[in-house]
Amino acid sequence: MVSLERTFSLHVPASTENLAMIREFVTSIGEQAGLASSEIAKLVLAVDEACANVIEHAYGSDMTKEVSVRATLDDAILEITVTDTGIGFDPGSVEQKGLDKLIRARKSGGLGMGLIRSFVDEVHYQISGEKNELRMVKRLKKV
Amino acid sequence: MANPFSILRSTQDGISILALDGYLDAHTAPQFEKAVQEEFEAGRIRLIVDCAKLTYISSAGLGVFMIFVEEIREAGGDIKICGLAPKVYQVFEILGFPSLFDIVEDVPAAVAKYAETPVREN
Repeated sequence: MVSLERTFSLHVPASTENLAMIREFVTSIGEQAGLASSEIAKLVLAVDEACANVIEHAYGSDMTKEVSVRATLDDAILEITVTDTGIGFDPGSVEQKGLDKLIRARKSGGLGMGLIRSFVDEVHYQISGEKNELRMVKRLKKV
Repeated sequence: MANPFSILRSTQDGISILALDGYLDAHTAPQFEKAVQEEFEAGRIRLIVDCAKLTYISSAGLGVFMIFVEEIREAGGDIKICGLAPKVYQVFEILGFPSLFDIVEDVPAAVAKYAETPVREN
């Protein structure tokens, strides 16, 4: 049987106010993919973390900028790509510090990537030209 | 469209209780941060964060606990967490919060924790 690929996109101004809209978008894609509600919750949080990073760090909460979330769904995988044109950084290059160290340093950041990695099956980061892309893959079928 | 978030504040036996309701994300975390800051500045350093009505938390919300807990403990107080729904608890657990924070069932259990652990003298 031929696997039918479907693509959905959401573009919103770079404001944390729009995170709720992004979460609703991801929830509805997760439902279309037939994921269990617990898996949808994990995916929603992963995408929320990625978008919050873009809004606050890549764009410095500049609402004239745009965050793009694109979801591609077929029988085997659900792939969600968050794209921005702000200050790019490779999240893979960031040293993952333990919670106790962050607390001692009174730092609140540095947890988001850990959550993303825990909640999706694959994470890929790519800078091409002015675009930064964080691609998160959720496998729908056990291989 | 925005997911609502609110904080109900009360006190019991000299302990400040912050009851969180709704969605705690990068948009609403500053509200929570301000509330904890105000408690701390007012010298109320024995805090319970009641999450029974908390629907959602992202790392921005967890970050608020991380910013303040060290300072509050150094002053002899603590932040105890209670009422976490399983979906919300999972996020705390993945990031290692249970080994660094007292996380208990409900407000009475959190109050009891304070009773069994006297305020630390520094």
